[in-house]
Amino acid sequence: MKELGLYLHIPFCVKKCDYCDFLSFVLDRKSQSLYVQALVHEIKSHQDKFTDYRVKTIFLGGGTPSVLNGEEIKEIFRVLYQVFAVGKEAEITMEVNPESAGYGDMLLWREAGVNRLSIGLQSAEDAELKLMGRVHDYGQFLKAYDHARKAGFTNINVDIISGLPKQTLKRYKKTLEQLVALKPEHISAYALLVEEETPYGKKYGMSGDFVGDLPDEETDRLLYAYTKEMLQQSGYVRYEISNYAKAGYVCRHNLGYWNRTAYLGLGLGASSFLDNVRFRQTSDFDAYIQMKFDRQGEEILTCQSQMEEFMYLGLRKIQGVSMQAFETYFGKELLQVYGKQIKRLEKLGLLEMSGGQIRLTAYGIDISNCVLAEFLL
Amino acid sequence: MSQFDQSKIRNFCIIAHIDHGKSTLADRIIEKTGLLTDREMQSQVLDNMDLERERGITIKAQTVRTVYKAKDGTEYIFNLIDTPGHVDFNYEVSRSLAACDGAILVVDAAQGVEAQTLANVYLALDHDLEVIPVINKIDLPSADPARVIEEIEDVIGIEAQDAPLISAKKGLHIEAVLEAVVQKIPAPGGELSKPLQALVFDSLYDPYKGVIIFCRIMDGRVKRGTPIRMMATGATAEVVEVGYFGAGQFLPCDELTAGVVGYITASLKNVKETQVGDTVTHAEQPCAAPLPGYKKVNSMVYCGLYPADGAKYPDLRDALEKLQLNDAALQFESETSVALGFGFRCGFLGLLHLEIIQERLEREYNLDLVTTAPSVIYKVHKTDGTMVDLTNPTNLPEPTEIAYMEEPLVKAEIMVSAEYIGSIMDLCQERRGIYQGMDYIEERRAVMRYHLPLNEIIYDFFDALKSRSRGYASFDYDMLGYERSELVKLDILINKEEVDALSFIVHSSTAYDRGRKMCEKLKGEIPRQMFEIPIQAAVGNKVIARETIRALRKDVLAKCYGGDISRKKKLLEKQKEGKKRMRQVGSVEIPQKAFMSVLKLDDK
Repeated sequence: MKELGLYLHIPFCVKKCDYCDFLSFVLDRKSQSLYVQALVHEIKSHQDKFTDYRVKTIFLGGGTPSVLNGEEIKEIFRVLYQVFAVGKEAEITMEVNPESAGYGDMLLWREAGVNRLSIGLQSAEDAELKLMGRVHDYGQFLKAYDHARKAGFTNINVDIISGLPKQTLKRYKKTLEQLVALKPEHISAYALLVEEETPYGKKYGMSGDFVGDLPDEETDRLLYAYTKEMLQQSGYVRYEISNYAKAGYVCRHNLGYWNRTAYLGLGLGASSFLDNVRFRQTSDFDAYIQMKFDRQGEEILTCQSQMEEFMYLGLRKIQGVSMQAFETYFGKELLQVYGKQIKRLEKLGLLEMSGGQIRLTAYGIDISNCVLAEFLL
Repeated sequence: MSQFDQSKIRNFCIIAHIDHGKSTLADRIIEKTGLLTDREMQSQVLDNMDLERERGITIKAQTVRTVYKAKDGTEYIFNLIDTPGHVDFNYEVSRSLAACDGAILVVDAAQGVEAQTLANVYLALDHDLEVIPVINKIDLPSADPARVIEEIEDVIGIEAQDAPLISAKKGLHIEAVLEAVVQKIPAPGGELSKPLQALVFDSLYDPYKGVIIFCRIMDGRVKRGTPIRMMATGATAEVVEVGYFGAGQFLPCDELTAGVVGYITASLKNVKETQVGDTVTHAEQPCAAPLPGYKKVNSMVYCGLYPADGAKYPDLRDALEKLQLNDAALQFESETSVALGFGFRCGFLGLLHLEIIQERLEREYNLDLVTTAPSVIYKVHKTDGTMVDLTNPTNLPEPTEIAYMEEPLVKAEIMVSAEYIGSIMDLCQERRGIYQGMDYIEERRAVMRYHLPLNEIIYDFFDALKSRSRGYASFDYDMLGYERSELVKLDILINKEEVDALSFIVHSSTAYDRGRKMCEKLKGEIPRQMFEIPIQAAVGNKVIARETIRALRKDVLAKCYGGDISRKKKLLEKQKEGKKRMRQVGSVEIPQKAFMSVLKLDDK
């Protein structure tokens, strides 16, 4: 049996955040329910096609999957279990936002099989949340977190963002300290990336009037260094550039992306990776709810692209890539293909090699885009 | 076309300051003399390179023959020779003028006499040409023909009271110009019975016909089969075809005779054999002496041209060879730079010529180029008594081997409104100019005379002049000669490594300032990299300026959502693509545009 991850995309939000450039919309109930019908139909269309796969992880992402009602979530999972062989030990994550996470909902999700929650907090400072265009405050998050624990969730991730406009080290420290005190099993700590096409881009982008509100480079690096230090002292292990977990709680679904295990994306614009082919579902909402499914942007990976991916995805993991695994997979020594790049990057202090692994150094992580680009052949 | 009455021929050109309407008047003349149908009439027929039309300048001499039926009912043949209008091409202009018997001087009714007007008129008078002043653009609200007429008489010293007042753009009073050509410009002289003597004033390479020689027949005759010899280059050939210039086409005829302007083809393969200014004669019955005034054209400005993509080196060579077929003044030889790889050291008549070649290579041959800082030719006198012409700063001998150096000087005339005299004097001072004098043309305008080192004006002098006079200064110069000078080589070190392509020669008094500006400029052009990069300017072993580019601190993609790997890959590809436009020097990546940006350092 081959391993498979499932990603389900729920492209709805109560309100779109000002920095967000993901595929999601604010839509009425009717559109949402039409979407769920289409999604269920899409799942059913895979009946009997994945008989030699066992599903190891499921991830409901968005958007905000928690805006759907409990019955819709249950229906989606009911059909999933019909179509796919989902392992008993499977990690099943759902993304939720504090404003749509009531205790009753949580019980229904648990019943449906969800065993991991990922809650979008972003900041514990209400002023910062407001500036981001988030609809919840810190109090609401605390309530949601409490509900989740009470409903029996023992594996919770919380998302936070550093480098926000007007953020100071002092305020960021407070966010992290309060969060760590709650002892979530997993923390995703992202650095803000201002996307030009978002409301944030217009304000804080390269030609934005408020670009000066972003923390300066020194502060930004302080926030970043503090994240690493503080979380590691509190018992979290950094296993990927932006991800920290307590022992035994790494996100297996996310690791699958970096390890290049197979995954099937379901829902609007969802990406898939199967048998070394990458493709995605249509991003046209109207077409999707009319069930005009379409396999788009198909890329059949050549051996060269596979090697490239192996490196630039694998190196996002803190433990790096295994030279042995490369050789086993491609029948070629890693250093034979990338020796020149690796030697150069090692000399620059961006990569290190030990125990048969090649990994980014701390500085290599800071400027990982430059390093990873070197692995394109 | 059979032989035409010599007394009914008029050979003339139009001279003017840039933008005073020379090409527009040429268009009108062609139109009024009925050579072209409307459909064929494209704006500015004579400027036939795209580049010329775009920049509104004439680069190569163009010639057209038209027939004009004058008011007295007689038909005259007009040979209009359009001359290049820029100081870089002064020699070509002088040869074109030598082919004419008269010149129409176009002066803008609003702007009046400008630096190039003067320079061109003096050239025309040197060739004993009859000069007909014409006041153009009288339709402009700011036109003041009376003042301009007075200016022409006072400054140039030619009669201008009955100068036609025209608007070439509107086609106003063009007849008056044509009649003036008939009445004032003398018919060509020359004797049919004498041995062939013809002046080459331009040539063109045509893939089918070989070299096409543009010439004015001074004496004798030439036809198909005539054996000819180029008196300066010594090239001999047999004439294949002779003819006249239509508009944008060649019209073959039986014979060219004394007094006419036309072309000769003779299966010559390279314009180098038919240098402008040379004399064509009969190979077996040559004329007694060549026409005066021939000189070999020398390059004044040199720079390195490198393909942005090293693999395009052979393409660049091909393109340069093709351009050279048509441009005897373009010189090149291969060279290697540590920073830029394989390329060519190219010689040009001046900066405009350089820019034109560069643009043509990029446009017509689709090449992406990296250009190094232009350099003039320095004369390096060595301690062993020998002298070398230095065209590439990198080749400067060791200081211990140099006795002294000389640099070229020019004699410059700058025409400027009174209120800007101060700031232009400052500029000339900064550029090591030596004041020679100043005359007021009228109450509010003066012509200033300076001796300036050529290396101070080849970079951005013209831009600086324009910006400091709000566009009201005009400028013209002539070579003066070489003078001993305290020169040093300024080297740029990036991450402690000397970048040969950025070295250049400066006067010791400006080295510090130049060095500082270059370091600042480069700091702005080179992106932050994975380590700290010192940028230093040095003379010999002494560092005179320094800047530091701090190491890159952060470049990371936080999130990679829902397994959308293609998006991540696109970002990395973009990053890699950006690197391709960089030149690796040691471990530092330098954007190609950084090599060129240091040419423009004037920050005022």
